[in-house]
Amino acid sequence: MDLQLSDDQRALRSGMRDLLGAVFDRDRLRAAVERGGGVDRGLWRELGAAGLFALRLPEEAGGVGLGLPEAVLLFEEAGRALLPGPLVATHLAAGLVKGAAEGEAVVTAAEGGDRPVADLVGADAVLVAGGAGVVAGEELKALVAGARPVRSMDPLTPLHRVEARRRAEGAFAPLHRVEEHPAGAGPGEAYPGALRHAGALLTAAEQLGSAARTTEMAVQHAGAREQFGSLIGSFQAVKHLCADMLTRTEPARSALYAAALTGDPVEIAAAKLLADEAAVRNARDCLQIHGGMGFTWEADVHLHLKRAWLRAARWLTAAEAEELLAADLGPVQPLYSGSAAGGGRAGEAEGAG
Amino acid sequence: MDLVYTEAEEEFRGRLREWLAAVLPGLPPKPSPDDWPARRAHDTSWQRMLYDAGYAGLHWPVDAGGRGATPTQHLIFLEETEKAGAPYVGANFVGLLHAGPTIAAEGTAEQRARWLPPVLRGDEIWCQGFSEPEAGSDLAALRTRAVRDGDDYVVSGQKIWTSHAEVADWCELLVRTDPGAPKHRGISWLAMPMDAPGITVRPLRTLAGSTEFAEVFLDEVRVPVRNRVGAENDGWRVTMVTLSFERGTAFVGEVVACRRTLAAVAAEARRNGRWDDAVLRRRLGRLNAEFRALWRLTQGNVGESERTGGVPGIGGSVFKLRYSGLRQELYEAAAEALGAGGAFDLDREWALDRLSSLSYTIAAGTSQIQRNIVAERILGLPKGR
Ligand SMILES: Cc1cc2nc3c(=O)[nH]c(=O)nc-3n(C[C@H](O)[C@H](O)[C@H](O)COP(=O)(O)OP(=O)(O)OC[C@H]3O[C@@H](n4cnc5c(N)ncnc54)[C@H](O)[C@@H]3O)c2cc1C
Repeated sequence: MDLQLSDDQRALRSGMRDLLGAVFDRDRLRAAVERGGGVDRGLWRELGAAGLFALRLPEEAGGVGLGLPEAVLLFEEAGRALLPGPLVATHLAAGLVKGAAEGEAVVTAAEGGDRPVADLVGADAVLVAGGAGVVAGEELKALVAGARPVRSMDPLTPLHRVEARRRAEGAFAPLHRVEEHPAGAGPGEAYPGALRHAGALLTAAEQLGSAARTTEMAVQHAGAREQFGSLIGSFQAVKHLCADMLTRTEPARSALYAAALTGDPVEIAAAKLLADEAAVRNARDCLQIHGGMGFTWEADVHLHLKRAWLRAARWLTAAEAEELLAADLGPVQPLYSGSAAGGGRAGEAEGAG
Repeated sequence: MDLVYTEAEEEFRGRLREWLAAVLPGLPPKPSPDDWPARRAHDTSWQRMLYDAGYAGLHWPVDAGGRGATPTQHLIFLEETEKAGAPYVGANFVGLLHAGPTIAAEGTAEQRARWLPPVLRGDEIWCQGFSEPEAGSDLAALRTRAVRDGDDYVVSGQKIWTSHAEVADWCELLVRTDPGAPKHRGISWLAMPMDAPGITVRPLRTLAGSTEFAEVFLDEVRVPVRNRVGAENDGWRVTMVTLSFERGTAFVGEVVACRRTLAAVAAEARRNGRWDDAVLRRRLGRLNAEFRALWRLTQGNVGESERTGGVPGIGGSVFKLRYSGLRQELYEAAAEALGAGGAFDLDREWALDRLSSLSYTIAAGTSQIQRNIVAERILGLPKGR
């Protein structure tokens, strides 16, 4: 048992970080913000060429043949860089929608309920909730025509509402490769389990990357900005905010990596819940540490926060995750009789020191 | 990155399970939390059983009397003993989890031979004499003096919050051996026999009503110079080793116990109808995520220490900080689950635990101090006041 990354995994991660540094640096990020987000097809193809979408397809099918742990590492990097576009949906669609694996096709997801759809305009296909289907071609055109744009809070993620009637329609081509995960059925079930859980896991990975990034940004700023003749990072109130950021991120990271290894829906729910919380709260703390500067459009903090809020509402919400985790709390095994007597461990303040 | 146990590790787990299943049903009932002599007897006899079965000091180095097991095997041991509901380390806490490991890491061959086997056999109990009335978080401000007189130090001063002092045979004691030196420099780490003349132990009553810890008054207590671990005035460095064990590994087994408690709380809520309260149910679900994550974090830390070997790193502070708060949230949720009909009844399970959980964000370094450590030593923020 070893939860440390292997050398190959480290190399994969740093390769992705280098690639994103080259193709999506801060200038491109800010340019994307000015454009109002949306998918950059050139960038999409580069990501496809780098294997982001085909990562988990078997090599026989033209994929990279790696697994969820590796996918999680790449999506963590995407989250750090605030890479826009329906990355998770396109990754999930690799092998289901022609061209998705290569980054030629852009695939987004309609998750059902009243959740808006991201990056609908310009998408080549939509994974649709409930009916476990894909919408493309003429059907997609009709879907887009009936969709209503939402003034998106996240400047990097255009949003649309799609007609309820369309959503309810069961006439979509079934996704044969998607298997129902028995443990996936539960409150808020929107997708055949496996797809939904993989979506939640990869979104959690993006959240974790964002949480780690905003921690770094906060620490950098606290180590550079002076007030009262001292670096603000020497003030305990600031220091403790930073410490709490790390203390949120690291357990979430452990939960995420373990969930990627087991693929267990309950572990995935735990990872999503904790990563969502780390991303949102770290971004808020980071904003606070940046002071007035943090409240400006110029600082990147708000972009992290807005995206974190959006992702927290995707695939598996906190309420859904908590219900799943509660349902998992089954009956306890009986204790061996001897030590059970006397009410377990009651009354022991075991801590020394 | 994997969660695969080796064949040898699985075999170890299997043998341990069998052994636990065989011996646990025959154990005497747990003594009342307030009967310290009985608790000592209970805890030490469990330690003796572990020793006889070859499970004592599992992860200690072989030349310290341990079994030289890997950190992963140690984790399996903690997991299985907790899952099986085996007795907790209890009065053996200090000796097994931080004084012993410190002596194993820093002591001479002679010191290891003298002190470690009795800890492993459950013959001797240790306590920790670090804190003083004027030196808590600021531990290096300690004033207890040790003046050299021939082959002895003559020690005078006062310690406080000393857990298990009433039943301890030895005390890991911090003393000031050079009052002229800067405060971190003049400290030494001594092993003090608790039956030496001049020691007065006055029990303090905790808010949970028990006499968990005590004040210890030291009036010209003679401690042989050979009982010093590490060089004279180098005690602060040795202390950091002790604290890294205390924060890094000592609470790990409790995470399994918390998961067990959480499941029991959920079962109680289902039984008494409180489960229908979505706020409570979701709160328990969230705690499930938190304790699962803490366990995975522990597994990650163990992989790390398997790589580096020996003394745990400061990552333990992240664990301690998160764990201590969550333990309190767990027992708050337990009180919620019991409802007004049960939460205030000290005879009910979890009511006393709720009280004792309050110590976790204070003992072994307060949460504020852990945040300072995380911010300064892990994140590299500037030192402040
Ligand atoms: C159940 C229990 C068992 C214990 N067992 C032992 C034992 O066996 N042996 C032993 O030696 N000690 C033991 N202790 C003592 C424990 O280590 C101290 O209580 C702890 O280190 C805090 O010190 P203090 O109580 O003096 O509080 P103080 O240091 O006075 O702290 C009071 C408050 O001020 C805050 N504070 C202090 N300094 C700072 C700072 N620099 N920055 C921010 N906040 C600060 C603290 O966080 C705390 O909230 C035990 C304590 C408890 C509760």
